Amino acid sequence: MRALFLRDLRLALRLGGGAGLSLSFFFIVAAVIGFSVEPDPKLLAQVGPGAVLIATALAALISLDRLFQADFEDGSLEQIALGPAPLEAAVLSKAAAHWATTGLPATLCAPLLAQMFQVPDAATLTLTLALAVGAPALSLTGAVGAALTLGVRRGGLLLSVIVAPMFSPTLILGAVAARAAALQLDPSSALLLLAAITIGALAIAPFAAAAALRINVN
Amino acid sequence: MAQNSTADDGSARPSIWRFANPHEFMRLTGRLLPWITPLAIVTLVVGLLWALLAELPPHPQGERVRIMFIHVPAAMMGINIYAMMIVASLIGLIRRHPVSHLAAKAAAPIGAVYMLAALVSGAFWGAPTWGAWWDFGDARLMAALILFFFYLGYIALWNAIEDPTSASELAAVLCLFGSIFAFLARYVSAFWNTLHQKTSLSAIDGKELVDDAIFVPLMVLFVANYLVFFVLLMISMRTEIRARRVQALRVAEG
Repeated sequence: MRALFLRDLRLALRLGGGAGLSLSFFFIVAAVIGFSVEPDPKLLAQVGPGAVLIATALAALISLDRLFQADFEDGSLEQIALGPAPLEAAVLSKAAAHWATTGLPATLCAPLLAQMFQVPDAATLTLTLALAVGAPALSLTGAVGAALTLGVRRGGLLLSVIVAPMFSPTLILGAVAARAAALQLDPSSALLLLAAITIGALAIAPFAAAAALRINVN
Repeated sequence: MAQNSTADDGSARPSIWRFANPHEFMRLTGRLLPWITPLAIVTLVVGLLWALLAELPPHPQGERVRIMFIHVPAAMMGINIYAMMIVASLIGLIRRHPVSHLAAKAAAPIGAVYMLAALVSGAFWGAPTWGAWWDFGDARLMAALILFFFYLGYIALWNAIEDPTSASELAAVLCLFGSIFAFLARYVSAFWNTLHQKTSLSAIDGKELVDDAIFVPLMVLFVANYLVFFVLLMISMRTEIRARRVQALRVAEG
């Protein structure tokens, strides 16, 4: 399981289109949102947290369709399924590798982007915390979507349609937390709920994704 | 879940659940439909005419209240059909019950249309009363929209996968896993609402002005919509079973 995690991590880092590319994508999306709204500091500060959340979600979404696809095509997914580790654990380590190459860099760069949008410091801190506890849920639920659409040729669009509604609770709560902090209210309940979604997804998503993988591999 | 052994071609297999057998299902629904179809049409026509012509008690919204007779049953059906799909998917996965999967598949487009009807009629109701067609701050609207997206994703997944057995099982996994997020979206956006107090919305809620003049036709329409859903579901399932039989015959002939 650890070997699989490290392998996926190395693959993502070395092959073109890994963490670096997804991080650039994250920046570009946020920047494009910045270009497309009126450059009014007040408005930018309000839009900023949303822009960072959308960029994180899209960066996660865009790299999901390769999560199982390459291993499915060259047969290594079957080997993993036959191997000693349960398929659920394989899903978990793959989702972890996905998070480490999309969600984690996005979380680390969120303060920088938020500052570019002139988001107040309190809201920046809360937004970063929200991404830290919330972003793993994106990779986990995304893994279910990727497993479901594995057998579909050019399933990227279908994957997005399936996964985007599942992202919405995380995005809503992230926005609630950031806005609460901007209004100098206590954002902790939204942050706790975000963590709850991540923990819940951690408990359920590997089983759902593994069930879908078994249907597809057979 | 490992073996895909379920036969979809209607071959008679011994089962505790009699209607797992498509033959049995076809026989029963073939007898029921000629009776229930006219009943559904009559209740629907009576309910709609009643809703349109009934003398309503004076209300600040005037005649616009009548939108409720479309909006409330449609929203209720949209939510309940998803609940029915969850149950059908669960039975389908656990008992490897092809007719149950078919029920979930056939219900999805009907539920999506009901949900769309609820969203559109809600917008037409909201525009004059709230002054806005849509409100991102309202929990119910958000939940309804997300549920509608789930319907679309579910239908798209069914259509994208060629093998009917794996399509049915994958769609069932999506339905069950997605249902968690559909509920989450409902309560998470309710949480959002606590920041923006909008108690004024609940005053327009149908349940708080239950005058008999409204309540009775509304109930007739509830029953009518359930009957219509049942008829549409049965017709759609029967069509699907027949289509698969034709397919099986074609394959058998080579």
